[in-house]
Amino acid sequence: MSDRAPSPRVDVCVVGAGPAGALVADRLATAGHDVVVLEAGPRFDPDSREERMERSIRPAGDPRAVWDMGGPRDAYESTGERAYPLNRSRVKGVGGSSLHWQGMVMRLHEADFESATRRGLGADWPIDYADLRPFYADAERALGVAGASDNPFAPPRAEPHPLPAFPPSHSDSLFASACEDLGIATHSVPNARNSEPYDGEGACVGYGTCQPVCPSGAKYDATRHVASAEAAGARVIDRAPVRRLRHDDAGDRVVAAEYTSPDGRRHRQTARQFVLAAGGVEGPRLLLLSRSERYPDGLANSSGAVGKYFHDHLFAGAGGTVDADTRQNHVGFNTTESHQFYEGDGGRIKLEFLNYAGPSPVEQALGADEWGDDLLSSLRDAYGGHLAVGGLVEQLPRAENRVTLSATRTDDRGDPVPEIEWSLGDYERRAIRRANEIQREILDAAGADVQWTVGPDATGPAFHHMGTTRMGTDPESSVVDPRLRAHDLANLTIPSSSAFVTGGAMNPTLTIAALALKAAEHLDADL
Amino acid sequence: MRLTRRDAVVALASAGVAVAAGATLEAPTADDGPIGETERDVLLAVAEVVYPDEVADTRAFVERYVGGRAAERPDWAAGVADAASYLDEYAQSWRDANFADLDAADRDDVLRSMGADTAASDPEGTDVERVRYYLVNDLLYALYASPTGGRLVGIENPQGHPGGTASYQRGEPR
Repeated sequence: MSDRAPSPRVDVCVVGAGPAGALVADRLATAGHDVVVLEAGPRFDPDSREERMERSIRPAGDPRAVWDMGGPRDAYESTGERAYPLNRSRVKGVGGSSLHWQGMVMRLHEADFESATRRGLGADWPIDYADLRPFYADAERALGVAGASDNPFAPPRAEPHPLPAFPPSHSDSLFASACEDLGIATHSVPNARNSEPYDGEGACVGYGTCQPVCPSGAKYDATRHVASAEAAGARVIDRAPVRRLRHDDAGDRVVAAEYTSPDGRRHRQTARQFVLAAGGVEGPRLLLLSRSERYPDGLANSSGAVGKYFHDHLFAGAGGTVDADTRQNHVGFNTTESHQFYEGDGGRIKLEFLNYAGPSPVEQALGADEWGDDLLSSLRDAYGGHLAVGGLVEQLPRAENRVTLSATRTDDRGDPVPEIEWSLGDYERRAIRRANEIQREILDAAGADVQWTVGPDATGPAFHHMGTTRMGTDPESSVVDPRLRAHDLANLTIPSSSAFVTGGAMNPTLTIAALALKAAEHLDADL
Repeated sequence: MRLTRRDAVVALASAGVAVAAGATLEAPTADDGPIGETERDVLLAVAEVVYPDEVADTRAFVERYVGGRAAERPDWAAGVADAASYLDEYAQSWRDANFADLDAADRDDVLRSMGADTAASDPEGTDVERVRYYLVNDLLYALYASPTGGRLVGIENPQGHPGGTASYQRGEPR
């Protein structure tokens, strides 16, 4: 038996070793269940992280190569109105995209769960904030969130964050007085990043390269819960892309996950329960690839909603310079933001006050066409007074934004690659313009000479893949039920951002983690 | 501004080379693989061109940085050796001397004439692109990801250096 051969029938087979898969595997293994995790990508050597950081700073190569993304394994097509840079937005490997994420972890607001009822936009979730609230608290403990209860716009919470918030930056103080003049409340940022030692990892040491790699391990990534799951007895098989989920004759239950090992052999992992935690693109792709006579449009797709309603968050930003040292690029995370414009009429907007505005001197040096004293002079001229306000803007879920299977292109295993159709609507364009107005007002109040704006034409995705197996109570219009189980298959659970009905303008990973912990609780009860 | 032994240690740490606390970084040894005295001289000669005049004591810094890195990353050492060899060949062809034997102005001119100032930095690219990657950019990375290099610009905790979480909070009130 090779080290990637399947285990005898297990209690739970988890597809994907990112945060959702790792948390479910950890909880269920800890509860005494037999768990196998199948991960398409490799298990990265932790000792390679500093070298990967260097790759991220140096101009050589493609940014995707920091985590070895790209090539035939990861081929995709982007055919919508807007190009979607899929391989920049994800990592395949043990730890998943949390290896390169920024680590911002906010709860959705109460209103996000009732978008249709309150605003007539999008759709309501079948659960509300109160349902998810205990799992949010659990998720914050699991991820080691550093935060403070100083956000007057945040939903109610009963307990402090497990770690103290990172103190505000020097540039935050420049923004604070400007925002005070404008009547804009600012507050701390919840970070999945150790402000103190936590969960076996030390405090942040300030490498300044959080996204795409934290060499120290102070930023949470899912390898922590993979390790915990393995310590509890779970088996994690890397480089084992799942190519099909197979169901029983009646079409009621999944019976096996078929995967390929690097030697080209195909394997079948059988299990009592299956958990699809492969993200908002590969998750629906696998369901569509798993079509059968019983389910000709794809597994779990009686509603036709699999792959549809793909949505992300949009970046909006503005920046400039002031005649003062703003002390940027010491760290790679943010410490102040504002949710004041989250529930206004202009669309959901979350403002972020950047700690990494303007050029990083070392990156600039490595890309310069001069050296010696000339280079140093240029670096000094460029560094110093930059300020920037970024932000996330909500994208509404629309059926025409979707993930399908390419009719013309296959990956290195011969399977159709994901095809992404993605576009912006009027709602997003208006909200981005509104965000830009606010950002410019703040910069003006801070005395900045505004030099750039990222508006509706220049915007891009924040790499949050949501909506493609949406949650609901109606099997005619949704893919999973409120306990994250597929309507069509009694033993298939999909705890993922793909289950989001709407995404608000909050970074999604804390909600992914909360959903995963909720799903794990249901599965533990079933097993 | 003097480059110190500690700068070499932190540059190594930033570059993914494990340096135990309190470890002594000796001058290079036979364990440095393909990087010998000739290669070291080339690196130092490049450093004297690409580093600003305010940097002093580059020899000890470069030798310690290179020695530690070569021991941990043999592929990198091989790339440096190949690039140094190409640079010497180029200097011999056009100036009838090894690169390190040229005066600083000529070294600067040789690097520019081959296009190392504008070349892409690519470890798997052309000869000149590898000179840019393994010689010019490696030395610039070592300097500007270190506190000493950062302080020259005004940032004491530059990206790539684990300088803690205090400096981002400091600044002059307006």
